This record gives sequence, structure tokens and C-alpha cells, in this order.
Amino acid sequence: MTLHPTSPQFKTNVTKALADVQLQKAMGHVRSGFIDKRRKAVDKLPEFDALRDRAREIKDHTLAHLDLYIERYEARVTQSGGHVHFARDAAEARDLILAICQKAGAKTVTKGKSMISEEIAINAHLEANGLVPVETDLGEYIIQLRGELPSHIIAPAVHLTKEQVEADFRRVHTHLDGARDLSEARTLLTEARTVLRQKFLAADVGITGANFLVAETGTSIIVTNEGNGDLTQILPKVHIVIASIEKLVPTLEDASQILRVLARSATGQEMSVYTTFSTGPARASDVDGPQEYHVVLLDNGRTSMLGTEFQDMLRCIRCGACMNHCPVYHAVGGHAYGWVYPGPMGAVLTPSLIGVDQGGHLPNASTFCGRCESVCPMHIPLPKMMRHWREREFERNLSPATFRSGLKLWGWFAARPRVYGPLANWGMKALALLGRAKGAFGWLPLAGGWTRHRDLPAPQGGTFQAQWKSRSKGVSK
Amino acid sequence: MSTSATPGPRVGLFITCLVDLMRPTVGFAAAKLLEDAGCLVEVPRQTCCGQPAFNSGDRRTARALALQLMEALEGYDYVVAPSGSCAGQVKKHFPELFADDPNLSQRAHALAGKTYELVSFLTDVMFVSKVNAAFDGTVTYHDSCAGLRELGVQSQPRKLLGTVQGLSLSELPDADVCCGFGGTFAVKYGELSDKIVSEKTSKIALAGAGTLLAGDLGCLMNMAGKLKRQGSTVQVRHVAEVLAGMTDAPPIAGAKPRETGA
Repeated sequence: MTLHPTSPQFKTNVTKALADVQLQKAMGHVRSGFIDKRRKAVDKLPEFDALRDRAREIKDHTLAHLDLYIERYEARVTQSGGHVHFARDAAEARDLILAICQKAGAKTVTKGKSMISEEIAINAHLEANGLVPVETDLGEYIIQLRGELPSHIIAPAVHLTKEQVEADFRRVHTHLDGARDLSEARTLLTEARTVLRQKFLAADVGITGANFLVAETGTSIIVTNEGNGDLTQILPKVHIVIASIEKLVPTLEDASQILRVLARSATGQEMSVYTTFSTGPARASDVDGPQEYHVVLLDNGRTSMLGTEFQDMLRCIRCGACMNHCPVYHAVGGHAYGWVYPGPMGAVLTPSLIGVDQGGHLPNASTFCGRCESVCPMHIPLPKMMRHWREREFERNLSPATFRSGLKLWGWFAARPRVYGPLANWGMKALALLGRAKGAFGWLPLAGGWTRHRDLPAPQGGTFQAQWKSRSKGVSK
Repeated sequence: MSTSATPGPRVGLFITCLVDLMRPTVGFAAAKLLEDAGCLVEVPRQTCCGQPAFNSGDRRTARALALQLMEALEGYDYVVAPSGSCAGQVKKHFPELFADDPNLSQRAHALAGKTYELVSFLTDVMFVSKVNAAFDGTVTYHDSCAGLRELGVQSQPRKLLGTVQGLSLSELPDADVCCGFGGTFAVKYGELSDKIVSEKTSKIALAGAGTLLAGDLGCLMNMAGKLKRQGSTVQVRHVAEVLAGMTDAPPIAGAKPRETGA
């Protein structure tokens, strides 16, 4: 929704998120629910790790021959009566989509859940041109009512509590009985369904994303749990698929392989409730389906990741497992990351898509605990790629000056063991004396970043190396 | 314990800069455990493996320090560190740092192949199945991230702790979740780090143990510093101290007992 990332203000975003009582309450569910469900699903499938290896191979192969598969895919879509439109960037994609909508004389546009549509900020563009986009995924519908970005790539409203959603529904659905009971998740869902049903029927164009684009058949595949995606793409007379180029896989067999790791990694389901395959517009013999089928294929910086240390990121299938297992994401939620993609995958992808000068904080705000990589179904080395971003920042002098000079000073000493040894020994002895009474420091010059939040344990005394040397000489035991 | 027809392996103790500076007791505990297992322990002059520079994107400094450490340690049969993070740096990241130089790459791989985290070295290489130590109390154990996920250190410390007389282990809920240290992260993103370590200390309270152990001093200082700030009475130590029976020193962030003369 926003074209202006707040990622440069990441630290301010963090402060706000930590003080947000509702957010912290909502994040409590993320910290356990997703993790337990994934664990159980994975434990039930002994070949899960073998499937991960296979999934990685499929995507690596596809990325190595992406030009070939894009051409084949386009030919198949065209054969089936559909159209493929190429968009170099977000602006081109927005214009292409608007033109298709306008040609169809559309007023209402329903939307299935799509992160690419967030990336290109299509809703604002359609609204500015007099169209009414309606999100039909429950979570997306809620955040559309609130004018927010998704805070999670598969659970867009995960940052909200039930009470907040109730308040939003009462604020917006003013035509309904004010005394109705909305205290249960089920009643909220029923209300959203009722409201959305009218929109499905009124829509002229339906926009969905794609989890896979299959080159051998020209098919787009979506995985959903609510059924809204199917209604979005079947009821209106025009179906637009908006997808980025790395969604391609060579064959249906390949897609079905990756599907086996996708839902398990995401929600802990074996399969999502709906897995929907769309190939071209409705044929004469079909009882339903759109009259027009368009695919807007978006690059938006992805081809410039090919052949670089960030290429592996293009294997991502958007399951969300990395953020579900990330202590930083758990602490602050998705909005603090300041753009479309949060969590570890966002920390790698955001600088690629909007520039490291904008998204530079994100790859730094990681403890490198490695839990994201350990659960990634596509074996994406997320910490390693965050480190590569840090290298680019360091090379370009984008990291803070005080930090750089501190690092330099330390590096100078550490590279001179003969100076470092005695200096460290005396320094630690002095600090040990100062800290002896309490065993720790509540405050120390230049250590404010640490001691603002926790004590700094005092060193024991001289360095180990100095003590070891004197022990070996028999001076003391 | 050396039965000594064949002398034990020569082990270069990669002491790690934090242990060297902050807590020599851990170094002596490591040396004792290695010697008890029949190793000949030596400590060559060293500073730091360069991980802070590596993780800050400063590859030049990282390479210079890595090379310096490589030269200090590559002559030994094994290299052992009382830290999963620092051992992981040598094992996983030195080869990556020198990937573009065939000669250095070969040396980095050779060093990586013989470098181990202390506790897993004892169990997996020296086949130590029990330690000769006693500890009166309940401990809980935090799995530090690099040791756990880069090196697979998880069952080994629990196995050896199980042989410490008088010790009982109460598992830490979410023991495999990061403590929020992350090296320079703890200072650069202090607020975030604080939130994560606060989650950790609330889990530590749930474990109900009097002592918290882990295998990495960075994580230990972070958790001990937070526990101290919160006024917790949980004592914090490196796992090697307990396994070596060297728990006379005050715990991390603990005050020295008042001396009564001499």
C-alpha cells in the first residue's frame, strides 16, 4: 500500500512496536502456534528433508534456465487463449493492470491474496483511477479496512487481536445491526463472508497472485484456505494473474513436489484446503470461468539478482517459516520492517528490491541465530545473504561511522598479538578491580548500548593467556 | 587417566577472545577436561578469530585475523574451543572466507576439519562418556545458536552433565531459541536484544533451576547481565566449569565473596 518504505526508520519502528501492547499480545500466538504445527507436520513425513533437497534442485535448475522457461510458459499461455504481459517494474505492472481493467469497463475489482500486488501497490493505483479494489482474503480484507500493509506474508493480520478486528468491523459495516454479537472469531468470519459475497458477485475483474507458474502447461497455481481465491478468479469476466518471474517451475510434477513442502512449512498442513490450477480463459465447454485470462509477469529487480550472491533468494516460495521462527520478528512483528516483506526473507529481499540505502537496517537487525535457514524448505542461506548485504554496506561506507571506527581500532589491536596481549591483561585487571564489589557494571563509558538494558559482567582478572603462561612457568598453580 | 603407550593428541586450545578476556576459569576448565581425556594441551599466542569483523561485513579485517589464527593453530592434531560460535567460525566460515584463494582455501579446509567445540570434541572424538565432577544443585541448559545449528551440539553436553554427581538437569523451555546476543547486534540493536533476552530470562525462571549453563560466553554474559539487572538469584556459568568441577570462582556477573584477611 505504501510506496514509501519506513525501513530507514527501523529503530524508531522497533521502539514503537515494543511499546504496542495490542501488538505484543497478538504476537504471542505467532511465537508458538506456527512452530508447533510445522514441527508436527514435518515429523510425520520422514522424507521431508529429501523433499527439501529436491525442491531446491528444481528451483536452481529453473533459475539457471529462466529465459527458456519464461518463453515456453508464454507460448503455452498464449496457446490456451490467455495473454502474458511483461512488466519491468512496479509502475509498468500497475499500468498494465489498470489498462486491462479499464478495457473491461471495470468498476469493482476483487483480489485474492497476493504479495506481489502489495509490492506494486496496485490498490492505491486502482483507487486513484476510480476503481474499487476489494481484498477477499479475510486477513487482507481486515488490513485493507485499516489501511495497513500485511505484517506477515501468509497471515497478513497476525499483528491484530480479535478485539481490534471487531472494532474495525463495527466501524466499517455500519449497515449491520449495532447490537450484533462479534465476540467470537466465527461470528467475525461469518460477517466478513456475508459482506464479501456481494462483492464477489459484483466484480468485473478478479486479480490473484500465483504460487507457481507451470511452463509445460501455461498454468498458474494458487494455494489458499478460504476459497476466496477461486471465487475471485472464476466469477468475474476477466482474471488477471500478477506474479513475479521466479514463480516459474518447469512441469506440473515439479510443482507437486514443491507443494509437498510448502503447506507443511507454512501452516503445518499437509496441503492447503484449496490448490487451484488455472489454464487460460473458460473454454466453450466449461460451465464457468473468465472470458479473459491475463498474466502480468513482473521483474522489478529480480533479474539483477540472477548470477549474484543473492540468486538463492529467488528460490523462496513465500511460506513464511523463516519469520515464524525468527526471534526478531517475534519481538516486533512485520510492520517494523517498514516495507512489504518482513522477517528474514524480507531482510534479504528488501535491500534487493528497494536498495540497500533504504533497507540497510534489515540485514543488520539479525542475531544470525540461523533458525530461519534451518527451517527454510528451499534451503535458502538467509544469514549468509544478510551478511553479504552487510559487506555491501561496509564497502559503501553505509554502516555508522562510530561503529566503523570502533571496529577498526579493535581490528588494529587484534592483528598485533604482542601489543594486544599485555594491554588486554592490564585492562582486564583494572576492570576486574572496578567491578569486583558487584561482579558486574550497571554503567560503563562507551558501553551504553549494552548497559542500558542489562548489566555488563565484570572480567575475572588478568587474561587467560597471561595466567596460563605463568602457570606453565610454574610461577603459580 | 592417560594409559599412555600412545601419547594423546596435541590439542591447540583456541581460547576465544571473550574467555581470554572475561573468564579465564573457562579456559582452565577446558584445559582440565582435555587433559583428563588424555590430550596434550597447548595454548599458542592468539587474539580473535575475526568473527565480529566478518559479521559486520568487513571481510578484509576478517581475513587478516583469520589468517593470523590459522597460522597459530594449524600445527596441532586438533583445535578445540570452549565456544560453538568461535569453533563454528573456523569450521564453517574460514573456508568461505578463503574460497577465492586455492592455497589458503586448502589450509582453511584442513583447519576446519580438525576444529571442534569443546564438549562435542570430548564426547565425539575422545569418546569421553563420563566426567569426574560433582555439583550440588539443579541446572538448566541453553543451547547457543551457532553450536546447535552450525555444529550439531545438543545431546553431548546433556550426556556429560548427566554424569556429574549430585547434579540434576531441568530442561529450559525453548532452549533452542536465541538469547538475543548476536555479537554486535546486542549493542547496535539494544532494545531488540533486550526484548529477546527478556523472553529468555522468563523461560529461565520457568525452568526453576538455581544455575544456568551454556557453552558460549557471549550468550552467557548477555543472559547473566539481564538476570542480574532483574535481580534474579539464578547463577550463570559456562558448562565447562561444571563438567570440570571448577565452580569455586563466583558465577558470571556474581560478586566475589568478601575476603576475610590474607
